[in-house]
Amino acid sequence: MRRQIIEEKIFKALMIASLATVFLALLAIIVIIVARGAKAMSIDMIIKLPEGGYYLGKGGGVANAIVGSLLLTGGASIISLALALPIAFALQREYIPRRIARVTRLALDVLWGTPSIVYGAFGFVIMVYLGIGASLLGGIIALSLLMLPIMTRAMEEIIRMVPMQLKEISYSLGTTRLETTFSVVLRQALPGVCTAAMLAFGRGIGDAASILFTAGYTDSIPQALDEPVASLPLAVFFQILTPLPAVQDRAYASALILLLVVLLVNLVARLLSARFSRNIIK
Amino acid sequence: MKRRMAKDTLTGWSMKAAVLFANLLVFLVALGLLYKARPILASKSLGHLLTSSSWHPLKGEFGFYPFIVGTVEATLLSMVLAVPMCLLAAIYLAEYAPRRLRESAHIVIDLMAGIPSVIYGLFGIIVVVPIVREIGLALGKQNTGYTLLSGGVILAIMVAPVIISVTMEVLRSVPAEARETALALGITRWAAIKHVVLRHSMHGVLSAIVLGFARAFGETIAVMMVIGNVARIPRSVFDPAYPLPALIANNYGEMMSVPLYDSALMLAALILLLVVGGFHLVAHVILYRIEKRW
Amino acid sequence: MPHISIQNLNVFYGKQPALRDITVDIPDHKITAIIGPSGCGKTTLLKSLNRLTDLYDEVGTNGQVLIDGDDINGPKANVLELRKKLGYLSQRPFPLPMSIYDNITFGPRIHRMKRLKSLSRLGDFIRLHQVENFDLEQALEEGARKKKGASDLLVEFYLRLAGLWDEVKDRLGAPASRLSIGQQQRLALARTLAVEPEIILADEPTSALDPLSATLIERQFQALKQNYSIIIVTHILRQARRIADYVLFMYLGELVEYGPAEEIFHAPKDPRTKAYLSGEIS
Ligand SMILES: Nc1ncnc2c1ncn2[C@@H]1O[C@H](COP(=O)(O)OP(=O)(O)OP(=O)(O)O)[C@@H](O)[C@H]1O
Ligand SMILES: [Mg+2]
Repeated sequence: MRRQIIEEKIFKALMIASLATVFLALLAIIVIIVARGAKAMSIDMIIKLPEGGYYLGKGGGVANAIVGSLLLTGGASIISLALALPIAFALQREYIPRRIARVTRLALDVLWGTPSIVYGAFGFVIMVYLGIGASLLGGIIALSLLMLPIMTRAMEEIIRMVPMQLKEISYSLGTTRLETTFSVVLRQALPGVCTAAMLAFGRGIGDAASILFTAGYTDSIPQALDEPVASLPLAVFFQILTPLPAVQDRAYASALILLLVVLLVNLVARLLSARFSRNIIK
Repeated sequence: MKRRMAKDTLTGWSMKAAVLFANLLVFLVALGLLYKARPILASKSLGHLLTSSSWHPLKGEFGFYPFIVGTVEATLLSMVLAVPMCLLAAIYLAEYAPRRLRESAHIVIDLMAGIPSVIYGLFGIIVVVPIVREIGLALGKQNTGYTLLSGGVILAIMVAPVIISVTMEVLRSVPAEARETALALGITRWAAIKHVVLRHSMHGVLSAIVLGFARAFGETIAVMMVIGNVARIPRSVFDPAYPLPALIANNYGEMMSVPLYDSALMLAALILLLVVGGFHLVAHVILYRIEKRW
Repeated sequence: MPHISIQNLNVFYGKQPALRDITVDIPDHKITAIIGPSGCGKTTLLKSLNRLTDLYDEVGTNGQVLIDGDDINGPKANVLELRKKLGYLSQRPFPLPMSIYDNITFGPRIHRMKRLKSLSRLGDFIRLHQVENFDLEQALEEGARKKKGASDLLVEFYLRLAGLWDEVKDRLGAPASRLSIGQQQRLALARTLAVEPEIILADEPTSALDPLSATLIERQFQALKQNYSIIIVTHILRQARRIADYVLFMYLGELVEYGPAEEIFHAPKDPRTKAYLSGEIS
């Protein structure tokens, strides 16, 4: 008995230490990025394009990367949303047999886990096939591939939670699958669907490997789909690789901007889901 | 009425087409990469490519062995560092922690999972690399800090949210009766967890580890920022290494100007896809089997 | 020809039979109670009348259900019309995830019913019903002055018909999920009536309710039976005795005995019916 209790004490101490380590790691990351990023942070960083000699420490900012990231991730969000919603809805039992739904879930799991560098490479294959170079369009394609499974899986999980009895009620009023899906299932699942979309957006905007060779990089804001585009993660990546400390500091400032965007997206997702849950049946 | 039915049928078919697309996408990605990788597979046997250590693109030599070793060692190292800690943390959160702590931990873990990899990479450069260098020097190893160990540490931090959240979910799904019957025998909570709860959820915990492994295996940017990227087989954790994803990401610029280079990189991507996809397949099957049992 | 005529109906879950060779005519404008022990197939019978069983791909059906002479599983059958004609109340009331008001108008809107738009048609229809304490002519006059007069009146009428109006008239825009369970069940009744069914199928509609709310529902059924044929599943024998005109007794998927309520309750022929009524099997 004594031994059991001592063993429990030891393990409990180990557990708390482990948990504290994990929390500390996160805290350290945030504190360090904020502290280092704040040094080189200025309003110019956010609103100005890189000026001549920017990468030698002269004036300007990373507005090109901020706008570029929003364009890339916004475009990819629209494409993945247009595909993810129908797929997630179709996985209900009214549309396809459960066996096929199961296989599809497996496929989505595999896609979900596929490393983003693979999507980058595959996006590159598509671009070669279509005859386009590194561009906004290429980046959007690669990012959509990355975001589609994230969005679909999260949405499907929410939609699957809508109770069958609720759907039965709607069908018993003489509605079609489409009407039930839009008026009842979507309403019930809306908070979750929004959260899923935001989640995917957050992942997309932070990803570098998929756009590394599909989107390219440029100091201006693209005017068309076939022009290369800058992005925040790559701005961080390229600036940290330069030998000049002044430019490296800007990498930290860019990282701070990226971190704030991601945190903001997370926050908005939570707020949205609270805002929409008014009519939800528990 | 007819119009409503027609709309329903029409949307039904397009939704099914979207499902078909999702299923085909897996094969499409694999086939697309395979198509691009064919030239190099035609020039050398796959066995030779995977086991040769000679990487000299300009001479037409593409030996993947050092990269494969680099990936596997970095991943395993991260697992060694992360798994015990993550499991302990998850057990604490699922079994001991008060509800408030558990809920805030959820938020923290979600946050960690959402942080972009470049930021983990930056953190690695500022914090992990210098510390590793000091430790290495103290142990008498000449090193720059950009080493296998730094890569392993960063990967360990990055897979923590995956392993913790899946493990927590699995532990929470163990029926309360199982726990209670064990506790009713008058044993400690820890004994109940060790003998009953963990036994119930062994498969789930295993799949959490597999998922973490898969995540680490394919991680690109953060690792390549700290691991040194030298195409030699590391002799200790204080040597640099060069994982496959970093190989692809570092060389996309030159790949079009050297013959077979692009083909070799696409083969590397295909290998990543197959390995990581395979691991996810395994995890899915294990998790699905659990779901069916209850 | 009665509204509902069931002939040799068999229903399977996979290979497991749930209904065996059911043949019965349901009388019009009466309350028919289906009684029997748990798991004997009462719910399954009800759901195979409005084809809610379609939603489960493992369900197999053979035999015929004729509604107004048409086979509901026949090639010409229209599920949406069928479900509109047969209103359905589930065991646990599920409000649709919208406001109280929208819960009522949902069905008429989906079916594009003219009465939702036209006051005079709605007035003609309401005159066919008796509603306590309701001055229709005054309500019509008031409705004529409002923009959404017809739809407002429709909501009021059905809420009155279901005996819920007085409790909710001041918060029609509130989420329906905030109502008590008993109120939700009456809302479900109003929502069902609003698509103008001819038949009402009710699956243990009072099982989630307290005795007072249950009595309210029973009262509404009594009042409604002149305009509708009602089939109610119940496992409360006293309730069946109180309200049923006609009774079906089921046991292990078979229809053991059926007939007018007095006959079944006072002179059951089958020993299994006797045993059930005396409380020996349940
Ligand atoms: N989805 C299903 N899959 C397989 N079997 C089912 C399913 N639904 C019902 N059954 C089986 O069919 C039989 C009849 O079920 P049903 O729900 O019709 O019973 P019931 O008379 O309504 O019971 P209760 O009074 O408990 O509601 C039962 O044996 C039940 O186990
Ligand atoms: Mg039932």
